[in-house]
Amino acid sequence: MRNFLLPALRASLVTCVLCGLLYPVAVTGIGQALLPFQANGSLERQPDGTAIGSRLIGQQWDGPQWFHGRPSAIADSDPTDPAKTLPAPYDAANSGGSNLAPASKALVERLAADRQALERAQPELAGRALPADMLTTSASGLDPDISPANAALQASRVARARGVAVDLIAGLVQQHIDTRSLGVLGEARVNVLQLNLALQRAYPGR
Amino acid sequence: MLPQSWLQIALTLLAVVTLSIPTGRYLATITMDRKSWVDPLFNPIDNAIYRLIGRATATQPMNWKTYTFHMLATNLLMAGIIYLILVLQDHLPLNPLNFAGMEPLLAFNTTVSFITNTDWQNYGGETTLSNFSQMAAITFPMFTSATTGFVVAMAFIRAFVAKDGGANLGNFYRDLIRFTTRVLLPISLLIAAFMIWQGSPQTLAASITAHPVQGGTQTIATGPVAALETIKHLGTNGGGFFNANSAHPFENPTPLTNLVLTILMALLPAAIVICFGEMIGNRRQAWVLYGVMGCMLLLFLPITVVSEQAGTPSLVHAGVALQATPDQPGGNMEGKEQRFGIAASSLFAIVTTSFTTGSVDSMHDSFTPFGALPMLMGMMLQCVFGGKGVGFLAALVYGLIAVFVAGLMVGRTPEFLGKRIEKPEIILVSLALLIHPLVILAPSSWSIAMPYGISALGNGGPHGYSEVLYAFTSSAANNGSAFAGFNGNTPWYNLAIGIVILIGRYPPIIFLMAVAGSLAAKQTVAASVGTLRTDTVQFGIFWLAMILVVGALTFFPALVLGPVADFAAMRRGMTF
Repeated sequence: MRNFLLPALRASLVTCVLCGLLYPVAVTGIGQALLPFQANGSLERQPDGTAIGSRLIGQQWDGPQWFHGRPSAIADSDPTDPAKTLPAPYDAANSGGSNLAPASKALVERLAADRQALERAQPELAGRALPADMLTTSASGLDPDISPANAALQASRVARARGVAVDLIAGLVQQHIDTRSLGVLGEARVNVLQLNLALQRAYPGR
Repeated sequence: MLPQSWLQIALTLLAVVTLSIPTGRYLATITMDRKSWVDPLFNPIDNAIYRLIGRATATQPMNWKTYTFHMLATNLLMAGIIYLILVLQDHLPLNPLNFAGMEPLLAFNTTVSFITNTDWQNYGGETTLSNFSQMAAITFPMFTSATTGFVVAMAFIRAFVAKDGGANLGNFYRDLIRFTTRVLLPISLLIAAFMIWQGSPQTLAASITAHPVQGGTQTIATGPVAALETIKHLGTNGGGFFNANSAHPFENPTPLTNLVLTILMALLPAAIVICFGEMIGNRRQAWVLYGVMGCMLLLFLPITVVSEQAGTPSLVHAGVALQATPDQPGGNMEGKEQRFGIAASSLFAIVTTSFTTGSVDSMHDSFTPFGALPMLMGMMLQCVFGGKGVGFLAALVYGLIAVFVAGLMVGRTPEFLGKRIEKPEIILVSLALLIHPLVILAPSSWSIAMPYGISALGNGGPHGYSEVLYAFTSSAANNGSAFAGFNGNTPWYNLAIGIVILIGRYPPIIFLMAVAGSLAAKQTVAASVGTLRTDTVQFGIFWLAMILVVGALTFFPALVLGPVADFAAMRRGMTF
């Protein structure tokens, strides 16, 4: 037995130190030295240095004067009853999707309720086919992006709330479209945080 | 579907094939101990490590039994280290969020899951694990479990070319170290740097506090993500740093990282087939196998892509645009990220289940029934390239059975690569083959009949059964992806899944190492006119048919009760 266990133990310890400590620490060193912005979470900051949020992590936006991200399905455990969960959209201390099946009753009800809320906030959406990302929850619950079609539809609401011509807001959306990488990869998208920050700078509102 | 969506799928697959050829030849130089230009760099490192392990042990030739025992002993002790780190993490460094030590049954499940390359997770990473655990208990076995699968496959291949009756199938420690230092570590370092450049964080801090414009605060979990993310894919592991796995923007920030991660998971399982051809000195044979595996991948992929783009009746009912246009993705976007859309998410889902990685960039539970069907089939067959080494071995199991059956049909002695395939080998191979359906179908049937099994389901109707079936299929195939609405963190599932993972992993490896020992002891017979050639397209088709027929017969009833019933119910507008 000793013939097997002793070398096996040594090999386990050596590989644990090599792969579990030296490797991640070396990568941390490379990241912090050469790419500190990304290695520390790609943060957008106020002029005084306060972090507003990460460019890569979606945030919850309320009110008609902002562009809204996709619905987020993140749920945290209820502090009063650990067996239950409470909705916690865009809670970046956690992550996750709805995991609702296509034939789920809860999904059908959520889609209908979300659609109603959208139409209440923006009556011109009534009866229109909506972009898929506008009604579906993302996989991470932290999706930082929306589709260009989704952003374009929200432009009229934002323009109204800020008292700005729709064309100006639509123009701002156009400037913030990231096209497919290398022309084919993924989807065209608009980063909601960056768009809203640009919006606030250009049209601070009435 | 837009043409550029199909183009991105084609480009990804082309990149995998192109890169797998030189990678496979490089793997062969390592396993066959051929001279290489990298020797001056790595020999001193490797020699230092051999000294630490024990020079005599790390250089002695090993027969199949010695090799297997050393592999098992090392896996056992590594599991011990991981388990202790997980349950004691509150006493260890780098735990700024003060997470408690992991509960013993969950720690058992997690340890077993990571030591076997499964990476099934009954916990959410960012709400459970300290950064020390993420590195020393999670990132660590992502290297060694991949290596274990790989070296076992290499020892198996050596049996076909052994000239000493099987006294030397290699040295386990030497294989372990060389594959780690010469393949996994360099590629991981390089790609981890790329991942950081694209936005994956890599820090020892555990969280960031942000102050959104609208007021309040947002706590953002972070950590040494890029290092984990890279080896997670290169080693076909799949366990996420975050609960949302590779859908989380920190794990997979851009369409470009998504492409690289997809290629990374496919790279080594495909390269192993090329390496096999080099080692046995018959490239034709390797390409026949590559073709068999590739055909299945090309068969599965479009089913998922088309089903996801077609969408679901509930989306139609809610007035969602299902047709893709250049400014929106359309289709079933529930549980998918905007930056990836339908095509990249579907491709990732098929690659992660075919190459049995188990990472996800979209939530598989929300896929359409027929979108999810090929994923289940990939894990059930296990050899649509499959996981590191293990997938290759699963394909060879079918190959040996195909040789045996074909031999009986045409009245020739079954031979594979010059070795007679006889009763002892066929018994062992059949056992290895039958374990897989047994540990999938038996516990999923039991679970669905028991209240403690049903209570974990996240969805009702046939989809609920699919969740359980998916859980045990994923565990048995050492995949680790989930229909994540299913809550596996219960005593029954922690235990049952842990045991299924262990039985799905080690007994087949032991049986196949025994086959290797038995084959190596046989004389190599020269090919004659009576030999049934196995490196022909004709045999490739027979091999493919054998995999599909055996797989279909075994799993067809379960698939009908799950995804097919789910599809029928969904089409009729039923909801659960």
